Order: sequence, then structure tokens, then C-alpha cells
Amino acid sequence: MALSQDDVRKVAFLARLRIEDTDVTRYAAELTNAMELISNMEQADTDAVQPMAHPLHCTQRLRADDVTAKDERAKFQALAPKVEAGLYLVPQVIE
Amino acid sequence: MQWETVIGLEVHAQLNTNTKIFSGSATAYGAMPNTQACALDLALPGTLPVLNKEVIEKAVALGLAIGAKVHERSIFDRKNYFYPDLPKGYQTSQLYHPIVGEGEIEITLDDGSTRTIGVTRAHLEEDAGKSLHEDFQGMTGIDLNRAGTPLLEIVSEPDMRNAKEAVAYLKTLHTLVQYLNICDGNMQEGSFRCDANVSVRPMGQKELGTRTELKNINSFRFVERAINYEIQRQIELIEDGGTVAQETRLYDADKNETRPMRSKAEANDYRYFPCPDLLPVEIDQSYIEAVRAKLPELPQQKKQRLINDYELSAYDASIIVAHQDIAQYFEAVVSATSANAKLAANWVMGELSAALNKGDVAISDSPVTAQNLALLLDRIADNTISGKIAKTVFEAMWENKGSADEIIESQGLKQVTDTSAIEAIIDEVIASNPGQLEQYRSGKDKLFGFFVGQVMKLSKGKANPAQVNALLKSKLAP
Amino acid sequence: MHNKTVAQISQDLQNKQYSSVELTQHYLKRIQEQNHEINAFITITDQLALEQARAADVLLAAGGANALTGVPIAQKDIFCTDGVLTTCGSKMLENFIAPYDATVIRKFKEQGAVMLGKTNMDEFAMGSSNETSYFGSVKNPWNKQCVPGGSSGGAAASVAAGFAPAATGTDTGGSIRQPASYCNLTGLKPTYGRVSRLGMIAFASSLDQAGPMARTAEDCALLLNTMAGFDENDSTSLDETVPDYTATLNDSLQGVKIGLPKEFFTNDLDADVAEKIEAAAKEYEKMGCELVEVSLPNIGLSIPAYYAVAPAEASSNLARYDGVRFGYSAKAPKDLTDLYERSRGEGFGAEVKRRIMIGTHVLSAGFYDAYYIKAQKVRQLISDDFKRAFESCDVILGPSVPSTAFKFGEKSDDPIEMYLSDLYTAGVNLAGLPGLNAPAGFINDLPIGHQLIGNYFASAKLLNLAHQYQQVTDWHLKTAY
Repeated sequence: MALSQDDVRKVAFLARLRIEDTDVTRYAAELTNAMELISNMEQADTDAVQPMAHPLHCTQRLRADDVTAKDERAKFQALAPKVEAGLYLVPQVIE
Repeated sequence: MQWETVIGLEVHAQLNTNTKIFSGSATAYGAMPNTQACALDLALPGTLPVLNKEVIEKAVALGLAIGAKVHERSIFDRKNYFYPDLPKGYQTSQLYHPIVGEGEIEITLDDGSTRTIGVTRAHLEEDAGKSLHEDFQGMTGIDLNRAGTPLLEIVSEPDMRNAKEAVAYLKTLHTLVQYLNICDGNMQEGSFRCDANVSVRPMGQKELGTRTELKNINSFRFVERAINYEIQRQIELIEDGGTVAQETRLYDADKNETRPMRSKAEANDYRYFPCPDLLPVEIDQSYIEAVRAKLPELPQQKKQRLINDYELSAYDASIIVAHQDIAQYFEAVVSATSANAKLAANWVMGELSAALNKGDVAISDSPVTAQNLALLLDRIADNTISGKIAKTVFEAMWENKGSADEIIESQGLKQVTDTSAIEAIIDEVIASNPGQLEQYRSGKDKLFGFFVGQVMKLSKGKANPAQVNALLKSKLAP
Repeated sequence: MHNKTVAQISQDLQNKQYSSVELTQHYLKRIQEQNHEINAFITITDQLALEQARAADVLLAAGGANALTGVPIAQKDIFCTDGVLTTCGSKMLENFIAPYDATVIRKFKEQGAVMLGKTNMDEFAMGSSNETSYFGSVKNPWNKQCVPGGSSGGAAASVAAGFAPAATGTDTGGSIRQPASYCNLTGLKPTYGRVSRLGMIAFASSLDQAGPMARTAEDCALLLNTMAGFDENDSTSLDETVPDYTATLNDSLQGVKIGLPKEFFTNDLDADVAEKIEAAAKEYEKMGCELVEVSLPNIGLSIPAYYAVAPAEASSNLARYDGVRFGYSAKAPKDLTDLYERSRGEGFGAEVKRRIMIGTHVLSAGFYDAYYIKAQKVRQLISDDFKRAFESCDVILGPSVPSTAFKFGEKSDDPIEMYLSDLYTAGVNLAGLPGLNAPAGFINDLPIGHQLIGNYFASAKLLNLAHQYQQVTDWHLKTAY
């Protein structure tokens, strides 16, 4: 149940969160506490229960296949830290 | 040791809808970067998805066409990972409850034999954007126009045993999605893409070997090459005492090799869970039946019909149905000509295909229309011209020199069927080849062909071959 | 002027007692003079407000006005507002000028309402005290040593301080009802799916729901009339007819069955709070309601289930903040992973990071079934509990919160203790039901509310009860200034 420092580092990497080394112990303790809280669910007998993903039992509505979006590139790219030639720039991706 | 190869394919077919799977952005290929990426496609805060009606219909059509179970309830999940071409940080897909379940696809191999390949499932998901690695001061450019384009991922069972079978499966599926009008099949533009799972095992072994996943194979030729390269690599690796690592490998067509993908090297944990912004998709039997009623004639059905109605061979029929536009052309020719379908098939697969290939022309742009070809075949059938002369006429038609009749008339290519005229020519040939005549009459039957050739030559190919044959036989008789 | 309710202001504007511009100027002046003490607003949209007020006055003069035309409203900074800074209380969105309007914002605009500004909130709505805001904590106008509650703390404080007659909030596990209780307001979380989530920055998609916060139930009804409604651009929006929430405010309460869940009234409930809730129950009884005991046997598991589901959804919803297309982006990243990790590590505050990690862990391989699927099953059990309870009652009554507003720093050292304060509210979100907080009195000069929980689509019933209660009590009329 308890999360180790390695667990915290693994979770932080999956979530792409930079965690300072000095904070790892604290996060490990806090996450362990949170998991203990969550684990109280074990009390409930749920063997015959279906998981509930949505509060209401509705089904997906379907949209007509009509183009409704217009080109708003200039407006959207004004929000971006780095663009060139209409592209968003990121540090080189190596495949 | 004898090795057996096991191949399964995952095909990503971009559905040919006007708009994206969850947004009203256009999906047209080739637009300026990020001009077809709306707030949702960019994953701007607060944006929400709404499902495109057409993608459901197209997925159901595929399911019905491969005899699969179409699920009345399917659910979209989120596949979580970070990558710059994935703006939301998750791909919306269907892991646990795909819309299409198990089905099967029959493939025809080069020797005419058939095999049935199982389809495990087909599910809907969204495409990612594109990373452009040209140098932007050492950075990568991201174009999100493609992000959110609907994909139908069709996953096969590991039923294929060599690269040729994999290619046959892929081609069959490629033909099918185009017949169904759910995907344009354009492999250069990436509308129809394939990943291959390849493993080898000692012949007779039950359990599967460790597989690698080959990505980035974007033509039929490369699929065959990439798989063959990978089979060889795995066998050599194992025979040298190594073990195959389960990994994703990229096919490099220039070097004809596969290599591990660095970006996929780190162990991923996709943390799939049902997308809370989308609700379960429910369709009922009447919807499914309505889609079924709208299905076009499928390649397999068309093939059977060509065999039954036109007495084509299974081989000819499978070649004709492989391309929907060729099949359409063929049927247009057959319905317009009085010549038999076999002749039409020979011409479409022979002269026409050769000319199209040579000129790199699509059949829809052929200068010889189906109507024109039908007329040419009529003239063969009614003995106006011989099959050989017809090729000359066809060449002229290809160069837009007029209709078959116009060319036959203007170039004086009408077949000679007048018996006395043909006899005159035969007499002349016999008279000028006394030596050959003597040899023939003394038993050298093979020389009959020589005489036919000489008669045809003298008639400039216009003499009716059947008549020439018959008349020669009697004239040459001692 | 700033003591008036939305209903009164609406009347006054129609009757030309004062103009919307005069009213807006009055509120803006109060905000400008006093916001620094309370920190209720992250952004004050004074220019835009006056523009909207002038347009409203034209409409009012022409006689084409609606109930909210010219009425100033404080908008929670979780709603995207076209051309206006939209931070969600985070450094991550410190410079984010939203390029479009949330549906809620659009609807207020269409009614001719005036937006005074964007209210402070816990970062990405994750918090119960407003202490997690990147823009500083909000003071409770009733006692500036105390928190206003959260995550809609700025919204609650803005109304309690007389900066606005009403505000919008959002509620994922109690974020409207808890601050409403702490600040002596009426606040309603409608049935899930009633108010469009489009443009409302997501925390936990299957739980988030926007609603009104104001002094009276009547004002909440007026705001909800504008906020509620089907939105074809939100797949989880309900295509159901929206009633006029003001039409049933005066319905008789004769024979209305009020369920008191026995699990809410145990020894764990603070005696002072219990006394206030019981007093409120008596008032309803006097008005003709019948009190019955009901049971919600699994409600005690709502916090564990909530703290699995909400962080799981959040961990995915917040993956889009990656420093590439908008929002905070780390300087001079040495590679892609560094860009991601530092943008997110530096751009998110501690509580958000904590919840992202909890959610990531809950969904990760090996834990998914034990935590996430289990939580969804418990969610079903809780939902079934409510369903069963509503077979024997019309409305459920209980506390909104375990106590009055606490002091700054009192719980911020222990995240788990903070989580536990959602005890009475989070189950309502898990089930997707409407819940309302209305003032019920004071304990040591700090307000305390009572909570009414309704069946699906019963917001009108909740407003009806609270409105009737407010006809015979005056807690809601008390102000902090």
C-alpha cells in the first residue's frame, strides 16, 4: 500500500511532473495517505455491482458530418510560446 | 531448423468523412499547417468532443462486410501518453468495448487458392497530428491538421504465415474499404496505414515467439520487404543464440531495414479508462439492418457474379474486382458490347491496363472510354477486323484519333472476307513459294504457319484469319 | 445598493430606479476600493463591464430587457471568456487569454448581463479553502482570518463582500455548497448535465457542474434560468426541457417529505452544526413538510470513491497543459521531456500535482481494478442508496459541511483532512444529483448552511423549499459588511 520514493518518481514521470528530490519523501507520504483513504472502499462488497462511469444513464448523441470550424490559426497561435511557419515548435523529437 | 512465421496486421483506415471524429474541422488533405485544427483539436481548455454520425455508419458497414459481430454498445476510452502530436495528452480510442467484434476476410493467393484470415476486432479512434522534422533551429514542427481525423483500426488475428499472405490480406482489405466508400485508400497520403506484428517459431511449436511491431510501412511493396527483412533478422538472431526483444521497430525503406524506435523505448503505461466526456454509443438492430441494406456489392460478391454471369475464370474475376474502378469500367464495356465478356476481360486486363500503366493514367481518365472500347470489341465480334488489327485500332484510339469505326474506315483496316480475294492472295503466295509447298506436301506440317503468315502479310493483316485457315488447308492439300 | 438581491435589482432596472451603468459603477467602485482586502477577483473587467452596462441600458430603455439585463455578475475564473484572461487560479494559465466564450458566459451575454470580473478560485478547482490559488488566498468577508471555502471561494466572497449581487460557481465535490455555507449564501449545484460544461475548464468531467451563488434562492432561480439548458456541443448535456425555476418558488410545502439520512446525524456531526440543521428541519416541518428518516448506507465511502474518481479524471484532463500550444512553458528546455516535466512541474501548484499523481497512480497498471473500477462500483452503490432513499422522500436534508469556516493554514498542512471536509457533498456529485446550500444560522459569528439534496431534475423543488424557508427566516439577509 505504501508508496516508495521510486513509486513516486515513476508516477511523476508518467504524469510528466518534475518533482524536486527534496519533495519526494513528502509526496510519498502524502500519496500513501491518500491511497489509504481510498482503500477504505475495500469495506464495500461490490461483487455484483456494475461500474458506473457516468452519473446519468444516457447514450452518446451524434453530430452531423458538417464542417463548422473555421480557420482561426492566427488567434490560436497567439497563445503559443513558439511557432514558425504555422507550426508549433517543440524540442526535437527523435523517432 | 525449420521456422514458421506468424504475422498479424493492424490496419489504420482513415474514414473519409468531411469532418473530424469529434469536431467540426475539415479533414481535407494538404491544407496549410494548423488551419484545420480547431479549439478542440488543439485541446484548448474547456473544449468538449461530440461524435460524428458518419464514423459510426462507416464502422458498422465494415463490420457487416466482414461478417463480424457489430456491437450495439461501444465505449470510448482514453489512452494516456505524452507526445507533441497528441494535444490532449490522450488518444480517444475503444479498448474495452470496440464497435466491431470478430469477423473474417477471405484472401486469394497468387496460385488462385484462398485462405480465411480472422479479424479480431475493429475499433474507432482519433488520428494524431504530424511531426515535421525538418530543421527549425533544431526543433520539430507540429501540424495538428490531421489530429482528430477518424480512424478505424482493423486488427487481424495472427493468421498469416508469410509476407505474401500479409500483402494479399492487406490488398483485400484495401479493396474492401474502397468498395464500402469508407476510406479513400490513399497510401501515399497515409489514409490507409499498416503496422505488422511479426514473430517466428520453430515449425510445429504451439506457443508464439516474441513479436516485434513494425511501424511506418506505407506501401504494399514495403510491407512485403519489411516483413521479409524482419523474419530474416529474427531467425538469424535466434540462430546466433540471441533472443528477440518485444519492441516497436521502424521500417526504413531507403535502407530496407528495421530498427528500434527510440521514442517507444521507454516502458509505457497507457492508463486506459472510459472517456468521461463521451457517453456509451448505442445502436440498435434496425440501425444495423439499415446500414446493411445500403451496403454496395462487395468484392467477393462481385467476383462470384463475374464468374457466374460472364463465365470468367476465378483468376480473371479476382483481378478485375481488385480495383473498383476497373470493375466498373469492365462492366460498362460488357453491357455495351455484343462481344463476349471473356474478350472484354482480356482487353481490359491486357491492352487497356498496359496502356494505362505505361502512360501512368488512371482508368477514370482513360482516353479510351468504356463505350469506345465496347465498339472496338463489336468490330472484332462482327468480323469487321481481326483481333490483331484491333490492337492497331486501339493504339490510334488511345492517341485520340477517333472512334474505332472512324479509324477502321480512314486507315482502310476493314477485314477482307471476300473468299475470291483471299483465294487470289493464297494463290499468289503458293506460286511464289514452290519449295515450301513441296516440303509441306511431303509431310512438314509445321510450314502451315508459314503460309498463314505470308497470306496475312500480303493482305496487310486484313484477311479474315479463320477464312485464311480454311482456304489454305484445301489449297495446300495435294 | 449593494445589499439588494438580483430580483430587486432586476425590478429597479426595469423601473428605471437607476441605470445599469450607475449600478455597475457602484459595484466596480466597491471592488476597486476593497478587493485588495478580500482578493475575491483575479481580473476586474471594468471596461467590458461598463460597455455591457451601457448596452444593457439601451436595451432596458427600448423595453427589450430580460430578468438579467444590466445585472452585474461575478464569473468564476474557470469559465473561458473570449478575449479576457482566464486563469483557473493557476500559474499554468497566468497569461491565457481565452479565444472563445464558455456556453455559460455566452448565455449571460445573450441575456444582457454585465460581467464585473473573474473570481478567484482554488487552482483548477482543486481545494476547499481557496488556499491553492496561484493568485493568493481569498479572505472570508465574515472573518478575514478565515477561509471563504473553495473552490468557488472568490465567487462566494465576492457576493458576501457586496462586490456583486450574484456569482457563478462550479461544484465537483462541494465547491459551490461549501463556500456558500462558509459565506452565508444560497448556492446550487444542479443535476449533472443541466448546465453546459463547454468552456468550463475541466477538473473531473463526470462530476463537474456549474451553478449559481447568490443571497437568496430566488436569485439562484433567476440565474439558473439563464445557465441551464441543452448544449449540443457538450455530449453530457441533457436534452430535457428546462422549467422556469422561478415559477414554482411559491409552491406550498404541504406534504413534502423531507428525508433525514441517519448516517448524517451521528455522533461525528458537530453538536453546534447538528443543532442548526435540526432547527432548519423544524422550520420546514412548520411549513407542512413531513420529516422521515432515510438511510444512505454507503455514503461514508463517498470520500474514498471521490478521491479515486476525481483525481483519475483530472490526471487525464490536465495532460493537455504541456507548454506547447498555450499556457506556461518552461524556459530553455533541454529536450522534450524536460519541456513537459518543467512546464508542468513549475506551472502547477502542489495540490494539483498531488491530485495528478494520485489519479495517475489510481489508473496505472496493476491498480486500475482495485482503485478505479472499485470506485466506479462504489459510486453505483452510493447512487443506488440515493435512489432508494428517494422512494420514501422528496428531498433530503442534511449539513453541507462539518463545521463553519476554518482559519488559514489550519488544514493546509494535511491534504487528507481537507479532503474529509467534503463528507456531505461529494456523494451528491458522484450520483449526479442536485444539491443546494442555504444559510441556517451562525455559530460563533460565522455562518453555517444546511443542504437540500434532490432527485434528478429536482432543482426547482430545492429552490422552492429554500425560498419558502427564506420567507420565514432571515439568516440569508445578514451581511458581512
